[in-house]
Amino acid sequence: MFHSTIHELHNKLTNKEVSAVEIAKAVFTRIDAVEDKVKSYITQNRETALVQAQAVDERIKAGKAISPLAGIPGAIKDNICTKDIKTTCASKMLANFIPPYNATVMEKLAAEQAVLVGKTNMDEFAMGGSTENSAYQQTANPWDISTVPGGSSGGSAAAVSAGEAVWALGSDTGGSIRQPAAYCGVVGLKPTYGLVSRYGLVAFASSLDQIGPITRDVTDCAIVLNAIAGHDSKDSTSIKAGSTDYTKALVNDVKGLRIGLPKEYFVAGMNPEVEKAIYKAVEQFTALGAEVVEVSMPHTEYALSAYYVIAPAEASSNLARYDGVGFGLRVDGDDIVSMYKNTRSKGFGAEVKRRIMLGTYALSSGYYDAYYKKALQVRTLVKQDFDRAFEKVDLLVTPTAPTPAFKLGEKSNDPLAMYLEDVCTIPVNLAGIPALALPCGFAGNLPIGLQLIGRPLGEATILRAAYTFEQNTDYHKRFAPLGEV
Amino acid sequence: MSYEVVIGLEVHTELKTESKIFCGCSTKFGSDQNTNVCPVCLGLPGVLPVLNEKVVDFAVRTGLALNCKILPFSKFDRKNYYYPDLPKNFQTSQSDLPIAVNGYLDIEVNGETKRIGITRVHMEEDAGKLVHAGTIARSDYALVDYNRTGVPLLEIVSEPDIRSAEEAKAYLEKLKAILQYIDISDCKMEEGSLRCDANISLRPMGATQLGTKAELKNMNSFRSVQRGIEYEVDRQAEVLDDGGKVIQETRSWDDGKGITISMRSKEQAHDYRFFPEPDLIPIVVDPARVEEIRINLPELPDARKVRLVTNHGLSTYDAEVLTASRAMADYFDQVVTLGADAKAAANWLMGDLSKHLNAGEVAINECLVTPQRLAGLLALLDKGTISSKIAKTVFEEMWTTGKDAETIVQEKGLVQISDEGAIIAVVEAVIAASPQSVADYQAGKERAIGFLVGQVMKQTKGRANPELVNKLLRDRM
Repeated sequence: MFHSTIHELHNKLTNKEVSAVEIAKAVFTRIDAVEDKVKSYITQNRETALVQAQAVDERIKAGKAISPLAGIPGAIKDNICTKDIKTTCASKMLANFIPPYNATVMEKLAAEQAVLVGKTNMDEFAMGGSTENSAYQQTANPWDISTVPGGSSGGSAAAVSAGEAVWALGSDTGGSIRQPAAYCGVVGLKPTYGLVSRYGLVAFASSLDQIGPITRDVTDCAIVLNAIAGHDSKDSTSIKAGSTDYTKALVNDVKGLRIGLPKEYFVAGMNPEVEKAIYKAVEQFTALGAEVVEVSMPHTEYALSAYYVIAPAEASSNLARYDGVGFGLRVDGDDIVSMYKNTRSKGFGAEVKRRIMLGTYALSSGYYDAYYKKALQVRTLVKQDFDRAFEKVDLLVTPTAPTPAFKLGEKSNDPLAMYLEDVCTIPVNLAGIPALALPCGFAGNLPIGLQLIGRPLGEATILRAAYTFEQNTDYHKRFAPLGEV
Repeated sequence: MSYEVVIGLEVHTELKTESKIFCGCSTKFGSDQNTNVCPVCLGLPGVLPVLNEKVVDFAVRTGLALNCKILPFSKFDRKNYYYPDLPKNFQTSQSDLPIAVNGYLDIEVNGETKRIGITRVHMEEDAGKLVHAGTIARSDYALVDYNRTGVPLLEIVSEPDIRSAEEAKAYLEKLKAILQYIDISDCKMEEGSLRCDANISLRPMGATQLGTKAELKNMNSFRSVQRGIEYEVDRQAEVLDDGGKVIQETRSWDDGKGITISMRSKEQAHDYRFFPEPDLIPIVVDPARVEEIRINLPELPDARKVRLVTNHGLSTYDAEVLTASRAMADYFDQVVTLGADAKAAANWLMGDLSKHLNAGEVAINECLVTPQRLAGLLALLDKGTISSKIAKTVFEEMWTTGKDAETIVQEKGLVQISDEGAIIAVVEAVIAASPQSVADYQAGKERAIGFLVGQVMKQTKGRANPELVNKLLRDRM
């Protein structure tokens, strides 16, 4: 049961083949069996989850209709604020932080009666691509526990992949949903910037952050997106768009769809098996009736550098509030300045400090024009690359990451090598457009992820193409070899 | 050597919106500590600001009243610095694209009108307040009150067009009047809803290049602004006279000691690392909205002053005093609308009423002598029902009890006695009892009549018609 999808479980619930409490218990049994290997969760929510499941069962018993997510256990990345439940961002800084409010997505999920399994591990403050930057534990990739699950939403992707949750939410600033989804062989969507409210998402880089679903298949992705998308008056950057039923996009047909293949995404040093898998996927799309053309995105190579100025710059300001004064960790000092220093020295890990310093430097007087302003100009050029490409094509197909999951510890001492893993995902965040990662093959036993990039608010087109690919392949039917428990 | 003084003022004014700039919390002053707070203004992780549209309206209104150009595209920026009263450790403010630019206001100094340029008006959030146990120097800890955090502020920056402490004071008074007229702020310096920093520099008379400036902070009243600037001008002149150089720095006014003290040098100045606020979208002000606000602007102090002079025949001085605050000017207009003579109304407002307001530290719109009551009093005077002396007594009574003039006059039997028959006996008795004064009068000492009138008034408890008394006395002597 723990490998079932949302839509399968929903049917079983409505047919009364299984109860929500049974589903929740099955998930927790699975967690008991594999969590010591995978370590997806920072906080588990067992008691409340069973109460939530019970409420769904009562609703079913009373003959009332239930929403598609009702009673289905999901995991939430630990940078999304959950009222009365610890939200740590995998940082010592927020070890004991219990938000007195829910993120807007949590309010929406509660309205759907979704069941919350727990809060998942991540790179501290979402900074990283391997979940090795967590202050608490190392999450393993369920496909090979000697490799990383990707990051920063590594806990969410690993939990879904390992059967420790049916679905999950992650956040994506430079690929933090898509890259771990690719590494863990699941589906991950970064929605258009502004489609999902950021209220209650602990900010890393405000102009890039988006919350999105991590699921076992494309149908589930549409179901979760339906639940969390929509305008929110609490988020000024939220898009005022009418509501869309994304499950309507799940059509097994790509005939006439124009797909672009940007040559710049097939970078030097790319894993040959990844490259092979992507080209094979492209052939499959052609066989299914899509038109594939090569496109050029000449500014792609500058995107990574621009990102590593803009994201740290915003982070340096967003993370200034962790000062020991009002909430979170406080390490006392002789005066206020030493209290700030002690608190921030002890509270933040190395990667967070590195990015705060990078960002502070980039915004400093005398450097602003050379770094931050230049990076914003590059951002505009990257956006224009996409605009031009989408004049010719409906979708872009690229690898999600240049390699499959790498070994634990392999890149943790080489930040630059780690940053290069984001090279295919970062331009999408800079442009604010949607992109989805889905399984498209294996390199040995490790999953490979295809990335589909769409126009602003082009989620439906992406979902249709992804659904068609999935219906005509069976990568999503393979499960991580953790053993059936 | 003689120097030209160059001053630019930065004024912060708290807007009187119901709620804060980026959340729904109340802006009420004087609430219990940390009661007007929420996750947004406390800067908790994950929260986002939502702009209070009223703040934009107020800013546009201010920009228009100060003859500024309203920028159609404006944005917020983050000003980054660490201070415990600033929960996010950045202030959301406006840097390179403020809401309004290039305005001016006119001031009156020594009977001459002078135009002071306004560089910019921008919106920002206020910080909280630190509360120290005992004094700052001796306290072991500080507590933070976040009630003020996120209260909307406008920063109004003048051009360096001000040439003396006196001009600075006139500028501030005029600015305060305008802000009160357009009803965007209470402008109470003592409550911090109006704050002023001054950039001051000197240069040799006739020089065109600006001298090195010092920024002066912590002046908490109009008087301290004037004193602070005067002190700073003298200090800088002394430094220059001694062949020294003024250091670019921030200085603090110590009101008790009457001196300015160095706070930090240019080298220690913050690098605020401004960058566009990514959590807010740019502010695009619809020209139609600007026009609507322009049309609905109330009459401003200058226009009102002109009206008081031309329509009511007041002197320029009286008109200026009466229009210095909108509340006073509105009060005047109401009294006149109720039928009172404009000059009489002006005299009472600037005289007895102002005296009582100042002594009791009462706001004009909160005192018991309403415009209706003052108009009633003036009507009784005009009809001769009471004498001007009695009127003062009635006013006193009105001030404390809030009763109508007519009621007071009735209750206390203060109606003026204008009946000859009722006064003649007293007049004769006074003449009989004051032979010396009578003799003096008859000897041509006009002053003696005053004493005699006073005696009659005293015996009639002030009710006798003084003109009649005067006439009767002269007739009898």
